[in-house]
Amino acid sequence: MSDHHHHDDDPSREHDRPLSGPALRVKALESLLVEKGLVDPAALDELIDTFETKVGPRNGTRVVAHAWVDTAYKQRLLANGGAAIAELGLVGRGEEIVVLENTPKVRNLVVCTLCSCYPWSVLGLPPVWYKSAPYRSRAVIDPRGVLKELGGEVPDDIEVRVWDSTAELRYLVLPERPAGTEGWSEEQLAEIVTRDAMIGVAQVTVPAGSRR
Amino acid sequence: MNGVHDMGGMHGMGPVEIEKDEPVFHARWEARTYALAIAAGFHRKWNIDMNRYSRERMPPARYLAESYYERWLFGLEKLLVEQGLVTATELETGRAEARSGETRALRPSEVSAFLRDRLKARLDDNVPPKFKPGDPVVTRNIHPVGHTRLPRYARGRRGVIDRDHGVFIFADTNAMSRDKNPQHLYNVRFAARELWGPDASARDSVYVLLWDDHLDPA
Repeated sequence: MSDHHHHDDDPSREHDRPLSGPALRVKALESLLVEKGLVDPAALDELIDTFETKVGPRNGTRVVAHAWVDTAYKQRLLANGGAAIAELGLVGRGEEIVVLENTPKVRNLVVCTLCSCYPWSVLGLPPVWYKSAPYRSRAVIDPRGVLKELGGEVPDDIEVRVWDSTAELRYLVLPERPAGTEGWSEEQLAEIVTRDAMIGVAQVTVPAGSRR
Repeated sequence: MNGVHDMGGMHGMGPVEIEKDEPVFHARWEARTYALAIAAGFHRKWNIDMNRYSRERMPPARYLAESYYERWLFGLEKLLVEQGLVTATELETGRAEARSGETRALRPSEVSAFLRDRLKARLDDNVPPKFKPGDPVVTRNIHPVGHTRLPRYARGRRGVIDRDHGVFIFADTNAMSRDKNPQHLYNVRFAARELWGPDASARDSVYVLLWDDHLDPA
């Protein structure tokens, strides 16, 4: 997909307004790099399509749901995240992933204080808040305050573990399976798993009115 | 470097605001910037650690004021010129003075494999670990002007080796001199109180990924 035939329904896209600032700079840079033979615009389209349609938190929800219904898989996932995720045939296989299991006594929270490290093969590209100064600065010093602000106060008797992604090894939180989901299919379970739960800032809940 | 990118523990940055149903990119230029940066990396004139360091060198006031993909654009322009893929004049005028000497660009059919392999940092080198799980360690009190993955909040602190992940490229030297400097990467567990003092929860902890060269026995 290119600039010109996409998202016409979205007025926030900049292409229907005069280009300015970074939009202009990037356009000029792309033209220059194409002219020099350094990039192929079709490869840029393919990269963007990968990030917009092929990777994303849906991949992660499949991993979590499978781990919830298959104990042996869960053990493999916790022992070697990358290999277990590759079993499901997801795009980014090969990425080093460590899976962190939430339990009734332990909550895990993932951050990258220095930049934006994120498990792209299972969650796609990180949301703006994950890359923002407020989250990067506060998650390590005040994880309970951040969790409370985002709607999930953590009781004092539960341990909070914060994981700062400072290397080419990425973390995925395996949230707790909520009560009331007994007998659900893997597909039904995957539907209720959220991106934020797999980063650790939320827990998975059964939405009101959801049925088996 | 003791840059503004090293944000862990800073105050005053405001609340965390989650955008509902956030799109992957908020504008086409963001998508083009990110794709350009990855596609230009195909020429192997820089590694991902140099890429990181390029964004950290954005002047601090700009780093805080500009958006994530503006930082990527800044870093990409810096690397292209520093590593000789384009000249400063070309960047300024937007006109190519000559075609690049690079043989060819990343092809669409290669995107999937390229994305998969570009973050690989594990090495097969047979390097013995300096520590094992359970070992008490103290992080070095270092302040390199170059790239480091040892955040300021975790320098000179006592922790415990939680897990040995095996041998990885050492990002600190790979960013500065393309020296892979193979060594073990560990999860080091720090009690929240060791990092933040008595007001922190006695139960909580922070795990940081650190390499042998960040650590001494405690």
